[in-house]
Amino acid sequence: MDEKVQNTLLEIADDELILGWRDSEWTGIAPLLEEDVAFSSIAQNEIGHARALYQLVARERGTTADALAFDRAPDEYRCAPIVELRLLDWGQTIARHYLYEEADAIRLERLKQSDDSEIAGLAAKIDREEAYHRMHAQMWFDRLQGEPRFTAALDELRPQTAVLLDSELRGEHTSELPELWEEMTMVRRSQPAGTKW
Amino acid sequence: MIYEVFRQERKGQPLQHAGSVEAADDHFADVYAREQYGRRGESTALWIVPRSAVMEIHEFVDELNRNYHRVDGYPLKEKLKEARDRAVSAKSADALSAGEG
Repeated sequence: MDEKVQNTLLEIADDELILGWRDSEWTGIAPLLEEDVAFSSIAQNEIGHARALYQLVARERGTTADALAFDRAPDEYRCAPIVELRLLDWGQTIARHYLYEEADAIRLERLKQSDDSEIAGLAAKIDREEAYHRMHAQMWFDRLQGEPRFTAALDELRPQTAVLLDSELRGEHTSELPELWEEMTMVRRSQPAGTKW
Repeated sequence: MIYEVFRQERKGQPLQHAGSVEAADDHFADVYAREQYGRRGESTALWIVPRSAVMEIHEFVDELNRNYHRVDGYPLKEKLKEARDRAVSAKSADALSAGEG
């Protein structure tokens, strides 16, 4: 697996990890109980996808998925700024979810065409789960379309989705990433006596 | 709206009530029911029914206590016990009267 492919996988893994983290912030406070369960599950899926992708890269680099996910400095992450945003408005959250799934579908199609059968296989597996995410995103889109707050959120976030599909555009981060990273890696960095991970 | 969810664990088995989901409309009910009852390989089929579409019956009148109409049938065990008790008390009554004689 060449360096470029590894980097592409890392970009996607970072997107999925950080978005999963952000989406999980709705756990317990989503607008409806059923939605709380569904959206938390989606967040967990995204982190699961990140793990599977990190594992592929980790093997190539002689490290572990955990080390890739948590032991890099914030500016070493390759995620797109759109996934870093802490969105406290449900309409904005759903707008990002919808736009992200749209871009993710294109990206997974590309990966499924990979010459590396392991990558293509993993992409197919991830895509089967993403089908539920797309169904969920579409259901909210149908429900909220025409709502001014939702439309405004789509307009505001759409320009940021290009980064998801283009490695050249990556490297910039929002000012929100360091704080998210602090929270996300806090437990791992604390290493209580006797812990091994 | 509340939707009742029935699920079939394996092909050929009857669908059984699994629980319910609350959803704004059929579309949401579809997604939430899949999420909660279907997508971990635990079901081969789901039925999702608005609770309002379910006809409920609670009262089953059996004023004459015609238990021979019921699927659990005629409680033979009880009848046998009654008969045995009757036989025993008849016998002891006989013994009593014989002793007197």
